[in-house]
Amino acid sequence: MKTTFVETAMSGARHLAAQVLPAIMIGLCAFVVFGPLVNLFMWAFAETWFFPARYPTEYGFDFWKRVFRPRAGAWTSLFASVWIALATVGLSMALAVPAGYALARLTLPARTLIMLIFLLPQAFPSLPIFVNIARMFYGLGLNGTYIGVVLVHSLPGLVYAVWIATAAFAAVDRTMEEAARNLGAGPMRTFQDITLPQAFPGLIAASIFVFLDSIDEFTGTFFVGTPDISTLPILMFNASMGGNYQIAAITALILLVPSIGFMLVIERFLKADVLSRIGR
Amino acid sequence: MGIEALALQGLCIRLGGAQILHDVTLDVAAGSFTCLLGPSGCGKTTLLRAIAGFAPLSSGDIRLGARSVAALPPEKRGTAMVFQSYALWPHMTVVGNLTYPLKLRGVAKAERAARAEHILDLLDLSGFGERKVTSLSGGQRQRVALGRALIIDPPVLLLDEPLSNLDAAIRRNLRGELRRLQQKLGITTIMVTHDQEEALSMADTIVLMRDGRVVQVAAPQSLYTRPADLDAGRFLGVDNIVAGRAEDPVQATTLGFRSVEARIAEASAANALTRHGTVLDCAYTGGGYHLQLDTGAEVIAAVSGAPIAPGSEVCVAVPAASLMAFGPDQMLLPN
Repeated sequence: MKTTFVETAMSGARHLAAQVLPAIMIGLCAFVVFGPLVNLFMWAFAETWFFPARYPTEYGFDFWKRVFRPRAGAWTSLFASVWIALATVGLSMALAVPAGYALARLTLPARTLIMLIFLLPQAFPSLPIFVNIARMFYGLGLNGTYIGVVLVHSLPGLVYAVWIATAAFAAVDRTMEEAARNLGAGPMRTFQDITLPQAFPGLIAASIFVFLDSIDEFTGTFFVGTPDISTLPILMFNASMGGNYQIAAITALILLVPSIGFMLVIERFLKADVLSRIGR
Repeated sequence: MGIEALALQGLCIRLGGAQILHDVTLDVAAGSFTCLLGPSGCGKTTLLRAIAGFAPLSSGDIRLGARSVAALPPEKRGTAMVFQSYALWPHMTVVGNLTYPLKLRGVAKAERAARAEHILDLLDLSGFGERKVTSLSGGQRQRVALGRALIIDPPVLLLDEPLSNLDAAIRRNLRGELRRLQQKLGITTIMVTHDQEEALSMADTIVLMRDGRVVQVAAPQSLYTRPADLDAGRFLGVDNIVAGRAEDPVQATTLGFRSVEARIAEASAANALTRHGTVLDCAYTGGGYHLQLDTGAEVIAAVSGAPIAPGSEVCVAVPAASLMAFGPDQMLLPN
């Protein structure tokens, strides 16, 4: 009897440990991931929060009104960000669709080499690259122009776009194109009616990546665009530097919207067989 | 477009350093069913793709009726191909797949729908028109792919192992169906296959290929009974190759025969090849027994109605009519 009791107690303790330990681990991970976000939320809705106080002493929407006041520049920055992101998507995809198709149809060693060369700008620290781009753009009169900022954003954007577009086109079964050619479609018609619709989900995913990267971009915009062009990240930077944590937090929350939208869309559009071909 | 004859003249294809096709010359009669038969890697699919325009020629000419199509891109040739993987377009419905070739030809919408309906009827797919092609079974996809090719009324139909992705029962059914359809439409058809049974049961003419060359062009019966050389014989199921002896009814360096023709005999029969040997192995194959026999010089496969214990001494006889005689150069000797 005694032994069975002890055994039961021990197995119970082991059972408890098996349940509690993972819970603690998950909690810790959640804290690391969500801790900064919770802090961000508190700052976004804090009316007053001064040093010794552990939590905000007053909550409210006062700063939200301030951010969206016509003179505050949040609206202009938001529109600038969105327009620049859309133009970046347009430019990157216009180049990535033909490039991705050509690369997808290349044989493997050549394709890998070209794709690696494409990654090269990403391998260097971005600061020296952007400083030199800014220097070149001064000479060309592109500094402080939307075109200049779009070009700078397209630099990392193109890498995403070409890699994902190549994967999307490589996933298209070649015999489907041959079937269309065989039954009377010319090369352009085949691309338009067969290849493009097949690759479409991957191209959408590429566009979303480029859009998000551009919305989030800071360094390049800072060197090439400011002070004439202010995007949301620039606004956020200025607010943070000025100690305006509420404004910075609210801007950050606005920046979260496209990211969350992205996660929903990518889950819908991106097929596993496209993802598995990225970089191949 | 009507039914047309196809002529291949001295086709050569080189890819990189390798020569895939060597001087292939072939005449395909209008309305006939021709099978390109051979082991994998023999160039049969490349030959079919060359006719469709997907494999560029190094030299030679392809004539469809009176016109040469060798220089035309695939979309201008008018050959309709059914791919091994079917290559249906998953973003279109069954009707969408069927009518796309008509759309390309500028056929009006009502006419397109009518012709799609006709094809669906012909292929026993009525009611499947609005289904997604991804929801169809293998056999149904195969028929949609066939319908998509037939809807343009092509002068030549090209089939690339159209039945190889289906299971055995459906394959046997579709063989007959495909053959009946071909005869009903009277369309010139070229089919690639590695399955000799498929080729023998479907074709008017079989083109046997090996290493990028045409080995033999013959009707199924004559190909089966008189293969051009030893390798062709082996490919067509001649599983016994023995050295000829002076007492054999047919004089040749080597003699070939199929195991079904080799039967256990009481004594040396007249006008037959006979060999004595020890039974190595006896396996039941349903309806009969399959024997492995060691004659000392070679191992012979034979059949028997009753089981025979391994180790027994027996005699097999093969009627002279079932023997194929090959010369020292491995070529079939004339009768």
